[in-house]
Amino acid sequence: MKPGLDMQSIRVSSDPAVQYLLRLGDTCLILAQRLGEWCGHAPVLEEDIALTNMALDLLGQARAVLTRAGEIETRGHDEDQLAFLRDERDYLNLTLVELPNGDFAFTVLRNFAMASLLRLLWEQLAASSDTELGAIAGKAVKEARYHRQHAADWVVRLGDGTEESARRMQDALHRLWLYVPEFFEADAVDEYAASSGLGPRWADLRDAWLAETTAVFDKAKLQLPPEPKFRSEGKRGRHSEHMGYILADLQYLQRAYPGGVW
Amino acid sequence: MYTQAMDTGPKEERKAVRSVEEAELERRFDTRIDAGEFIEAKDWMPEHYRKTLVRQISQHAHSEIVGMLPEGNWISRAPTLKRKAILLAKVQDEAGHGLYLYAAAETLGTSRDQMLDALHTGKAKYSSIFNYPSLTWADMGVIGWLVDGAAIMNQVPLTRCSYAPYARAMVRVCREESFHQRQGFEALLTMMTKGTEAQRAMVQDAVNRWWWPSLMMFGPPDSESTHSEQSMRWGIKRIGNDELRQKFVDAAAEQAKVLGVSLPDPELKWNEARQHHDFGAIDWSEFWRVVGGDGPCNRERLAARVKAWEEGAWVREAALAHARKAVLKESAA
Amino acid sequence: MSSTLTPNPSPSGRGEQSEWPLWEVFVRSKAGLDHKHCGSLHATDPTMAIQLARDVYTRRQEGTSIWVVRSDQIVASDPGEKAMYFDPMEDKIYRHPTFYELPKSVDHI
Repeated sequence: MKPGLDMQSIRVSSDPAVQYLLRLGDTCLILAQRLGEWCGHAPVLEEDIALTNMALDLLGQARAVLTRAGEIETRGHDEDQLAFLRDERDYLNLTLVELPNGDFAFTVLRNFAMASLLRLLWEQLAASSDTELGAIAGKAVKEARYHRQHAADWVVRLGDGTEESARRMQDALHRLWLYVPEFFEADAVDEYAASSGLGPRWADLRDAWLAETTAVFDKAKLQLPPEPKFRSEGKRGRHSEHMGYILADLQYLQRAYPGGVW
Repeated sequence: MYTQAMDTGPKEERKAVRSVEEAELERRFDTRIDAGEFIEAKDWMPEHYRKTLVRQISQHAHSEIVGMLPEGNWISRAPTLKRKAILLAKVQDEAGHGLYLYAAAETLGTSRDQMLDALHTGKAKYSSIFNYPSLTWADMGVIGWLVDGAAIMNQVPLTRCSYAPYARAMVRVCREESFHQRQGFEALLTMMTKGTEAQRAMVQDAVNRWWWPSLMMFGPPDSESTHSEQSMRWGIKRIGNDELRQKFVDAAAEQAKVLGVSLPDPELKWNEARQHHDFGAIDWSEFWRVVGGDGPCNRERLAARVKAWEEGAWVREAALAHARKAVLKESAA
Repeated sequence: MSSTLTPNPSPSGRGEQSEWPLWEVFVRSKAGLDHKHCGSLHATDPTMAIQLARDVYTRRQEGTSIWVVRSDQIVASDPGEKAMYFDPMEDKIYRHPTFYELPKSVDHI
């Protein structure tokens, strides 16, 4: 961070490679931000530690991907400038991850849904035409595997636990399901990624993701909600009302102490 | 994270009537202590020794857990991704320390739920330093430098505590703790030497607010500590409050010079004859007020812990229910 | 040893219907070394216990392998019988190589 640098928002390139990476990096960043809120407040001490581990893994993935995005962009933006100084419309995370944590059922369900998606993504990204991204993916896929297993176990535990936990988990699934179609929407950014070998179209992961997750929902005795008509658009920079509050927290110190060195 | 000298409870009455057998057992126990032997979980021990340890270890554990709150406050607002990761890892360590300590206390015949109940109903104490608010990012650095620094001074002697499970937990804690103080100091050093005027002012303000409460972490003067004598006799407490506090002041005074901050004590100065720093009088009325429940954040801290526990009840129950179902399924198969 | 020595109460956790059972954790830090006891934690089933042991006890690369055992499954020797169990080994020093004095030229064997 160069001292004296103007703390106004930065503008990011519309280069599809950069956008593709920001979708991934921002999704990890904002999910990490939400998970960090559980620190000190989880239902059981051991889980507090486990959730924080997941937050740290996702934060690490975000840092690596944002750094890489900044390099590809060639405007000299580092991980912190990208994380802290964009306008809301330039964050490209999935809307799902910016939603409040809700109860523990929603949290573990979202962790499961996201870890399943990320694992599939990282697995394919290991063969990216961008070797640096490939290296990041090689490490991240191990983390995503662990997150997936841990979260899946909790989805089953709560889905097939008490009446109350089953009800909460079913409610969580109804809410989550509204934001899933966005995962697999196709567009020019993904087309570019697929044709350049940068990474897979997210749409191409749909079948595998559904097969995996519905198997767990089955084990958890959950009913699959109907196909939603609702569409969220976080990947395109059009967020829910929750995003503004997240950014107000996240960006506060960078904006309040222009030129600060931390 | 640290332990305040918890010598602030009522003096417990020793049982006057003891059998000849018990007196002999206690004599043998005292011999073991004097020989520097470690006491393990299933060894015979005086009931008073057991009670003292359960109180001290569980209150130490509670302090770690409550201590997560003032720092957890700033995770979402950390100024860089690196600092966010560091803070997450540090607060996570504190959860771990609480966990190791609850585990050590459980070897003495109490349960995690019982201990948490004592905390949530206000029967058990935790270190009063955490009843102060974390108002700026600089508080994170100062808490690492001063509060963790004081904790380390309290904790290192505990690695030689006569009760082995506690001593072993403390070895683990101390190993992890050293990064806590270093990261805090380094964050402050960065702001003071490379940061802006506004950042330096933020650091000085944080130091001004946390200095005196940090000194209070070592507990009341030795002359006023109700439990110190017996704890020392039994190898639970190795060094007195005043001596630890002096050590801390001496170290911090030098560290403050490196940082370029002033400490808010006009009477702080090196005494050549004593080879220590003299320092001003501590406001013990503030200490007792905060210990007694009327510090800036007592109610909020406890409420946060109670809320997390109560809102998590259905989760804990569900996990148990699921485990029972699984066992039944297995035995039916 | 005399049976009039009163045993201390064993750790609770059994019979408390609402409490998660306690597990002891053993971690092997490197291939070739033993698993060492490093502490305990609460979990409701073996899978959870292993995962939580990984999250709680191996954050600083302390482990390559984890064992967990329910605490109430551990059988321990009675400390009251320590003398009977362990003192008799004290005078069998001929089991130790240092008992045997050999000329310097062959002392390495």
